[in-house]
Amino acid sequence: MSHSAYYVPAQSRWPIIASIALFLMAFGAGSLINGLANNSGGLGLTLLLAGAFAMGMILVGWFRTVINESQGGLYSPQMDRSFRWGMSWFIFSEVMFFAAFFGVLFYVRVLAVPWLGGEGEKGVSQMLWQGFEAQWPLLTTPDMEQFPGAVGVIDPWHLPLLNTAILVTSSFTLTLAHHALKVDDRPRTILWLGTTVLLGLVFLLFQFSEYVEAYEELGLTLNSGIYGATFFILTGFHGLHVTLGTLMLIIIWLRVMNGHFSPDYHFGFEATAWYWHFVDVVWVGLFIFVYVL
Amino acid sequence: MNTLTRTIEHTEQHGPAEGLSRWFFTTNHKDIGTLYLWFSFAMFLTGGCMALMIRAELFQPGLQLIEPGFFNQMTTMHGLIMVFGAVMPAFVGLANWMLPLMVGAPDMALPRMNNWSFWILPFAFAMMLSTLFMEGGGPNFGWTFYAPLSTTYAPPSVTFFIFAVHMMGISSIMGAINVVVTILNMRAPGMTMMKLPLFVWTWLITAFLLIAVMPVLAGVVTMMLMDIHFGTSFFNAAGGGDPVLFQHVFWFFGHPEVYIMILPAFGIVSEIIPTFARKRLFGYASMVYATASIAFLSFIVWAHHMFTVGIPLMGELFFMFATMLIAVPTGVKVFNWVATMFRGSMTFETPMLFALAFVVLFTIGGFSGLMLAIAPADFQYHDTYFVVAHFHYVLVPGAVFAIMAGVYYWLPKWTGHYYNETLGKVHFWISFIGVNLTFFPMHFIGLAGMPRRIPDYALQFADFNMVASVGAFIFGFSQLIFLVLVIKTIRGGDRAPAQVWEHPQGLEWTLPSPAPYHSFVEPPEVK
Repeated sequence: MSHSAYYVPAQSRWPIIASIALFLMAFGAGSLINGLANNSGGLGLTLLLAGAFAMGMILVGWFRTVINESQGGLYSPQMDRSFRWGMSWFIFSEVMFFAAFFGVLFYVRVLAVPWLGGEGEKGVSQMLWQGFEAQWPLLTTPDMEQFPGAVGVIDPWHLPLLNTAILVTSSFTLTLAHHALKVDDRPRTILWLGTTVLLGLVFLLFQFSEYVEAYEELGLTLNSGIYGATFFILTGFHGLHVTLGTLMLIIIWLRVMNGHFSPDYHFGFEATAWYWHFVDVVWVGLFIFVYVL
Repeated sequence: MNTLTRTIEHTEQHGPAEGLSRWFFTTNHKDIGTLYLWFSFAMFLTGGCMALMIRAELFQPGLQLIEPGFFNQMTTMHGLIMVFGAVMPAFVGLANWMLPLMVGAPDMALPRMNNWSFWILPFAFAMMLSTLFMEGGGPNFGWTFYAPLSTTYAPPSVTFFIFAVHMMGISSIMGAINVVVTILNMRAPGMTMMKLPLFVWTWLITAFLLIAVMPVLAGVVTMMLMDIHFGTSFFNAAGGGDPVLFQHVFWFFGHPEVYIMILPAFGIVSEIIPTFARKRLFGYASMVYATASIAFLSFIVWAHHMFTVGIPLMGELFFMFATMLIAVPTGVKVFNWVATMFRGSMTFETPMLFALAFVVLFTIGGFSGLMLAIAPADFQYHDTYFVVAHFHYVLVPGAVFAIMAGVYYWLPKWTGHYYNETLGKVHFWISFIGVNLTFFPMHFIGLAGMPRRIPDYALQFADFNMVASVGAFIFGFSQLIFLVLVIKTIRGGDRAPAQVWEHPQGLEWTLPSPAPYHSFVEPPEVK
């Protein structure tokens, strides 16, 4: 085996078990959701939880294998480039996922709702709901019985502004941690990483309380028409990504404490950082287009 | 550490594992390619049976064999299975087999993820097919699943359809990332981008398209799920949403998706024609740029699927002209294939026959596409059998013929045996006749106004429908010849040397046939 040969792993059980777990999760979720309508989702929930538990175990096992291989020095610089390309393209796919929902938001605001209100060449849809007036945020929906609208929307200059500050700060603290890692200053790496994790958790807490406020006080729900729909799908998926990012950061944090990573070679750290910055950038887009404008 | 070292030595020195575990746990690009190809063929036959059910019902006017509701499920499942189960996995299978051989790599860049990409698929399709047996039946809203047919009026099984699509999306994205990383990072020394074989180039661009649009598909089915079960109103105007929004998001995915199903076919044909014309490919660089242009344009033409839905005039005009622009790079490609053959010393082995049929019949499909691109004319053609004729011409004698051409071309490299040329030619000619009998008459009945996706029709369409149904059965059953041929070739046949054909270009022909289990352990030097 020449020194530079590319590492091709031996047979692995993880992928097929992961496929089964994914299937259990999907089938369980489907049964659960379909069962909600007629209160018979018991088996679905069991399958979903079993699948999710299995998937969690698999991810732990699979990543442990990869980490051990990496710590064992099996990876070449070429392998490192594969990981970098892989992570970059994965983030690009995430960008496109959010782009779809941003596209929906723009389409609804710029075209669909004004048309519904009688504007432009497609203004004929006014015939369906006479007296409907286009506005954004859309508080009064065309059919208030089916989609009861909202009393108000989240004020961007309170919690959302604070959350923006928190996430942007967390990007800086993560960069500080990275710089500390590069000069092999473990204690400072651990300190700044911990700060980043904490900021992520605080963000999630605030986001959760914002949702409570939206549901309890503003009547802003999934069911409150297109404003609520776009609001929750964008902020909701962003929140899920922050959750995942925070989990990744916690794992990296534990790995740093366990002496993993070297000043020159720490792609796991960098991949997590890329992901965190991506989540941060999406939030800035959300803050501008969902909350402020 | 010890275990790891042993593992490496094991992989380095030994061939495939024994028994079934080889297929379940493999990290080998050839094994995974084989799995993809067999899975794709199984789905091709499954979707084909559904097509035959449709054609049997349409053999005569009136309702005779199946219920209209079941007919709808058949049209829907046929489309979904052929697109996501047959054509896409076949190309991924070919990519798995050929990319490492073509760029001089030991394997794909991320071998374990590669295996995961494949094994998600059988589970996803098991779930999707299981919907047929659920209460209320399977998806019946067409493969494009337009809201509100797929939301307000959908059968309960739509939830499982949505999750199946999610799983396919995960599989496709991981597969595509693997392809991109392999091409960008695993090339042998000296293999610069502009020396890449065209199959590799087209797959690089296809993989980019996949990574760009599969998440959008995930987004649109997620919004469906929310609308159906969680009270949102994305596609419901009563809450301020818009059913047309569904079509915009879907086709933003859908149009690049149709190029995902044809660009690798371009690549395969661009490999085969030079070999059998015994000339270098004419206009290599222009082929690369044309492929990239087609990919770029695919993002700005989606609303040509929606001309009759009521979009503003400026929109109709923009999407009409943008769509017509695609004819330019496509024309460049067809010109280059013809120019490659010009004054070549051609022979007509089965791969070449399929490739030639591809060039001719895909061009017919391209021209009918141009007709459909004309917005005012499309008002007449929309949702008629003319559309069905168009996309089947680009998908069956287009994508499917290219896949078969590729299989015939590389089968000796994979198995070490030549296939039976006579049987191959028989397969080709019956398929060729069957395909044209099936789809050519659809142009006429479409222009005359027969709507698609309807189990019954007016009497004046009877003759052509009968011809189409006969053709469909001929085409369908002739694929069993292909099955027999492939099995026979795997089991034995004349020994194929490393080159297989007369002086074909490319690194894959420098390896012995069958190619060794680990492709290029030492990267070759490319001059």
